[in-house]
Amino acid sequence: MTTQQKPILPERVFDFDALVHEDRVHRSLYTDPAIFDLEMTRIFGAVWVYLAHESQVPQPNDFVRARLGRRPLIVVRDSNGVLRALYNRCTHRGATVCRQDRGSAKAFQCPYHGWTYLNTGKLSGVPWPEGYSCDFSRPEFNLMQVPRVESYRGLIFATLNADAPGLIDYLGPVRRPLDEWLDRHPGGALEVREANRLKFNGNWKLLYDNSADGYHVVFSHRSLLMMENRFQEGDGKGMSYYKDSPDTGPVKLYSFPNAHHFKDKRDAIPKRPGALWAIEGLHPGMEHYEAALRRDFPDRADAFLDLASSEPVNINVFPNLHILGNHIQVSEPLSVTETATTWYGTAVVDPDGELGDALGPVNALRMRTQEQFPTFGEVDDLANFEQIQAGLAAEEDAWIYMHRGLGLPERYSAAGDGTTIGPATDEVFMRDYMRVYRRLMQTEPNIAPTRDVS
Amino acid sequence: MGAAAERDPSTSSYYVGDAFYRELVEAFTDWDRDELAVADPARRDAARAFLEREARLLDRKRYEDWLALFAPECAYWVPGTPERGDPRREITVAFHDRRQLEDRVYRLRTGYAWSQSPESRTVRSVSNVELFATDDAGIVMARSNFHIAELLDGDLRHWAGWAGHRLQTAADGYSILAKQINLIDCDRNVRNPSLTL
Repeated sequence: MTTQQKPILPERVFDFDALVHEDRVHRSLYTDPAIFDLEMTRIFGAVWVYLAHESQVPQPNDFVRARLGRRPLIVVRDSNGVLRALYNRCTHRGATVCRQDRGSAKAFQCPYHGWTYLNTGKLSGVPWPEGYSCDFSRPEFNLMQVPRVESYRGLIFATLNADAPGLIDYLGPVRRPLDEWLDRHPGGALEVREANRLKFNGNWKLLYDNSADGYHVVFSHRSLLMMENRFQEGDGKGMSYYKDSPDTGPVKLYSFPNAHHFKDKRDAIPKRPGALWAIEGLHPGMEHYEAALRRDFPDRADAFLDLASSEPVNINVFPNLHILGNHIQVSEPLSVTETATTWYGTAVVDPDGELGDALGPVNALRMRTQEQFPTFGEVDDLANFEQIQAGLAAEEDAWIYMHRGLGLPERYSAAGDGTTIGPATDEVFMRDYMRVYRRLMQTEPNIAPTRDVS
Repeated sequence: MGAAAERDPSTSSYYVGDAFYRELVEAFTDWDRDELAVADPARRDAARAFLEREARLLDRKRYEDWLALFAPECAYWVPGTPERGDPRREITVAFHDRRQLEDRVYRLRTGYAWSQSPESRTVRSVSNVELFATDDAGIVMARSNFHIAELLDGDLRHWAGWAGHRLQTAADGYSILAKQINLIDCDRNVRNPSLTL
């Protein structure tokens, strides 16, 4: 059953051609609650949105809560093993039926009046049904659910839009860096292991604007770069490769169709085992575990240490997934001026035992290498995002520029698949994603949640 | 350079390995049992005075003096879940060794840590201090509750939780072997967690 949901109240009409220009966007995109509300439908209701990683729901009946825009969801692997995204909203009166962050459950019972749903979303019972004249076997009383839920190699996405392209088509060429990132792990497998959980008082797009921004690094992260290199003669650790003249260096920016983008820093690192480890910042246990791995695995230690090191990529899947280093970073819009950003840590799981006894040390290091950036780097970005939001209170100073590189075609090359390749500090990815944003905001998606349990 | 200098925990991290993590997790498991409580008011008062001084040093941003409270080989551990878990297997809010504690202070002192520029103001309260014996006569565990009022960018906000201090006793007081900070919202999204807890 796919019936389009029509808004009951009239919406304010916005002229997005006037708000989004080639070189700049209007401040109201970041400050107007009505635009934010519209985004929850026209962006988050229209495209594939990242919800969770399969390792968070490994077994049948496992669930984890998530949001699609602001819609409260239960991502569940139902009793038959099918991944579903159920609305966490009792059909009866609207209360959430699941209040645990995660767990395992064959059914969800609403604590308010006891309506009970199987983890497929099907209503299984209501107390004292003789007080009703309706037929509860009809699907209209099941939990609402997102009609299309798919996993791309463990990454679970969902879309409400019946007319959205397939997930593979939606991802398009961003699949290449995603695949390469996954394939760097033995068996292509990883597990989510808790998270650094942050939020900031700013619009969600501030985070997406920043996600492939190579321009801010040496300024916003100046304290981190100084800290990482405090024992060095000259720079060498962390993101030092942004210094001097980054636009003529090996870091490349890929702007993909559908508003995805990718900042590839891998070519800044020599192509030899151990090179990634060599630029890691200094973390607890480094010297201990490195010595142990070199003693126990003299031929493979460098490769193992690289697996514990931060992969120098920023892969951004519109609108809310960011693969950074070894993190799965997810952003969630909470209001026009509040955004949550959760940095899920990932562990190597080594399904075929390729690492042997090195697995424990690799993960012990990898947990520490992942904590550093959220703790000492992201906090400074988020402070700057908050200060953008504060600056945008200036109504007359209405424009936000994203024109770095515009009018300089020699900075870019094109791949045949709609990809633009540019230098490290370029803002072409912002302009490209804002073009997609404008089109989406001008289009009513075919939002088609279902209550059919098939 | 001698072996001891090479292993200076301010510049290297040889002591944080499986044995260290294992002992740490064990030390912070089921330690606040009634039968281990230290009743001696004088000892409890000494522990309370130590924790109050620690809070004052942090409020006054006397970070170098605060660092001096820690043993050379120490841990600062802010678990990311109420169950605390094993830091080898999962992400924490923060897990610092001696070197990274010094990193933290170094970063704040650069003047470019925008999350603390201008620095937030804090007023810390420490309460409910209880002391517990361990198998090692020279080591005690202190449990305390904390409340931190923080003024950040014009907003007054609050942090709350309880801390476990693993303390080495010495003739002139204590040194901190490990500090575990348990935020009540450790598994929630929080704004600007750049404060030193």
